Amino acid sequence: MQRVFGRPKGLTELPFHYCPGCTHGVIHRLIGEVLEELDIIGDTIGVAPVGCAGFSLDFFACDFVGAAHGRAQAVATGIKRALPDKIVFTYQGDGDIAAIGTAHSIHVAARGEKITSIMVNNAVFGMTGGQMAPTTIGGQITTTSPYGRDCALVGAPIDMPKTVATLSGAVYVAACSVDTPKNIIQAKKCLKKAFQVQQAGLGYALVSILSTCPTNWGLSPADSLKWLQENMLPVYEMGELKMTEEVKAL
Amino acid sequence: MMDKILLAGFGGQGVMFIGKILTYAGMLDGREVCWIPSYGPEMRGGTANCSVVISDEEIHSPVIEYADFAIVLNQPSYDKFLPRVKPGGVLVANSSIVSTAGKRDDIEIIAVPAGDMANELGNVSLANMVCLGALLPKLTMVDLASVEKAVSAVVGKKKPELYELNLAAVRKGLGK
Amino acid sequence: MSKELMKGNEAIGEAAIRAGCKLFFGYPITPSTEIVEYLSKHLPKAGGTVLQGEDEVASINMCYGAATTGARVMTASSSPGFSLKQEGMSYLAAAELPVVVVNVNRTGPGLGGLGPSQADYFQCTKGGGHGGYRQIVLAPSKGQELYDFTMEAFDLADKYRTPVVILSDGFLGQMMEPVELKKRPKADLPAKDWVVGGCKGRAKRKVASYSLTNEIGEVNNLHWEAKFAEMKDSLQRWEAFHAEDAEYLIVGYGTCGRIAKSAVLKARRQGIKVGLIRPITLWPFPEEAFANLDGVKGILTVELNFGQMVEDVKLAVECRTPVYFHNRLGGMLPSENEILRKLGQVFDLAVEV
Ligand SMILES: Cc1ncc(C[n+]2csc(CCOP(=O)(O)OP(=O)(O)O)c2C)c(N)n1
Ligand code: SF4
Ligand SMILES: [Mg+2]
Repeated sequence: MQRVFGRPKGLTELPFHYCPGCTHGVIHRLIGEVLEELDIIGDTIGVAPVGCAGFSLDFFACDFVGAAHGRAQAVATGIKRALPDKIVFTYQGDGDIAAIGTAHSIHVAARGEKITSIMVNNAVFGMTGGQMAPTTIGGQITTTSPYGRDCALVGAPIDMPKTVATLSGAVYVAACSVDTPKNIIQAKKCLKKAFQVQQAGLGYALVSILSTCPTNWGLSPADSLKWLQENMLPVYEMGELKMTEEVKAL
Repeated sequence: MMDKILLAGFGGQGVMFIGKILTYAGMLDGREVCWIPSYGPEMRGGTANCSVVISDEEIHSPVIEYADFAIVLNQPSYDKFLPRVKPGGVLVANSSIVSTAGKRDDIEIIAVPAGDMANELGNVSLANMVCLGALLPKLTMVDLASVEKAVSAVVGKKKPELYELNLAAVRKGLGK
Repeated sequence: MSKELMKGNEAIGEAAIRAGCKLFFGYPITPSTEIVEYLSKHLPKAGGTVLQGEDEVASINMCYGAATTGARVMTASSSPGFSLKQEGMSYLAAAELPVVVVNVNRTGPGLGGLGPSQADYFQCTKGGGHGGYRQIVLAPSKGQELYDFTMEAFDLADKYRTPVVILSDGFLGQMMEPVELKKRPKADLPAKDWVVGGCKGRAKRKVASYSLTNEIGEVNNLHWEAKFAEMKDSLQRWEAFHAEDAEYLIVGYGTCGRIAKSAVLKARRQGIKVGLIRPITLWPFPEEAFANLDGVKGILTVELNFGQMVEDVKLAVECRTPVYFHNRLGGMLPSENEILRKLGQVFDLAVEV
């Protein structure tokens, strides 16, 4: 019998222990498929952050390194400089990449570090119980913005992919979402390209993906997808935000 | 006198809540109290437990090695906490979903079909309060009157109908 | 006065508000997060400001800035985050800026776990940052002390122009106990005649810590040395619990200190003369508590680390009596029975548990 659906080889057999309806799982699956399709599982080193995204350490079938909160891209730089022929990627939350890790997020892009970063943006610090993140949208209530995010006082949300796209060493920057089947297919295309960019040694690639956190948003999985569509999609620019000519030629 | 109580069940069964009610009940009666949650990244499912100490003298060690009393609302908690009750102690189990087949002869095990009894009251999530009621006569540091005060303090003002419902469940567990 | 049932972390937040803290800068980290969450909710209503920094480095430097203006300011974190604050702590000590810093100690090293630990004792008391500074470190052991010591910490910080660390742990932070929300009498504090705020009508001031020449460096360091010596002489504090006639002393602080009290009482019921020294200031370490060891046959130090405070105990004891050590690690706590068993074992006593 022909197998038409199964667990991608890029993932381990461990069942995910993300909360029900959390789209970290969907994103994991897409990356697992990409690793399998590009046949790079055995040549890839992943770097996990601290956050719910950090559980990724156990779920991908390739080698993995756990970094301190916010430092994944610096750690990945070290790995890549030591092993320039290997594929190195980071899988990070929005807090990790856009709060504590901002300096590294900017500088890997400025240096054109030949790594791939995946940013999972759920508009909160998920792991620690739903505090405000730099990506929390205006008016959103979190445990540290109990009266709603006041952009006049704490600033508007940072659109990290757009910011990174301004830096010359970033050759491929995409912003995706996994709220609909169509968007999931698009996200997978972008993820695949981000790894191909690295295989071709062209420079730094970042894929940002909007994701749900039903637990900390206090919504059902279905309502979470709706909330993402109504509140996050209008704020964050979607699409392939930057592609150099060399990337286009791939 | 000192009551050391362990409370355990699935997240969402209201384990922390009955812990808080007991703690408030003790405090409002002028006792020394302390409530300790099992902490950790609890939000990703699994069991929840907390412990409560109520005493008529200062509580130094809040660590419960062996408890005088336990309420367990699900099977994993029963299996885990059965050995943690002191000889001579009392364990209340929600027998609607807990099999008390694994026994101990040196403690009293009170099997209460709390889930079913709560259902009779129209709300299965009151099983925690039914169990609390069943344990109440055994406790030395709090009684029904203090639990009434505590429920009133914790939920009363905001939602009077919840106050009634919670107390109805406690009384049902008490057999009153 | 009526008591409120509060988590330890909330008691710290409430105490800060009542002590006149006007600014809080922090970055969430378990198990300290309830402090920033509590203050986000309540400090603005009291006319204060809470700002979540982009990380702990930012947060401690925001504190540095606010403190130069004379405002009462606090930050809170937990071990990995507290590590990131160490550069800032060194600058605070050098610039002599009053800031209250809470460290809700979790396990380590590295990312570690969320359970209670005392593995940051060295980091807090010996200068976790560079340059050899000292700072006051207070070690509460229950909800009421978390409240009282936080209030006092603001006065101590202002009095000595120094950062003050409250060293709590994940257990104390999450536990709920009744807390009496006492008013603290107004302390007699030196005028803040060093703050910046615009020099209109007075000479220019500066707050900084660079020593341009070695000669200036030595003068600065002599000043700090004298100040640290003064704090060491005047601030040592501890609780002696059944210690007067004790033949065996337990030494423990924070969570271990309170658990040890139960062990002391249990031993006393068996006629064994056990007492407890519970350090309240970890820096300065209460050496004076060990001045008279007449009749003490031995000491057992109990900690949640590989053995840190025990070094200070040994320095204070100066080999006058043997010092033993007991620990639990990785978020686990000892029980009173366990401490008692260890006492029996090291001092060859018949104990009943
Ligand atoms: C130095 C340091 N500061 C703070 C923390 C606490 N912490 C752990 S994860 C996290 C944020 C997680 O948010 P995000 O990166 O968005 O990931 P998510 O959990 O939402 O996937 C924080 C603040 C830490 N581990 N280390
Ligand atoms: S807390 Fe949020 S981000 Fe973390 S696993 Fe649960 S739903 Fe996902
Ligand atoms: Mg996030």
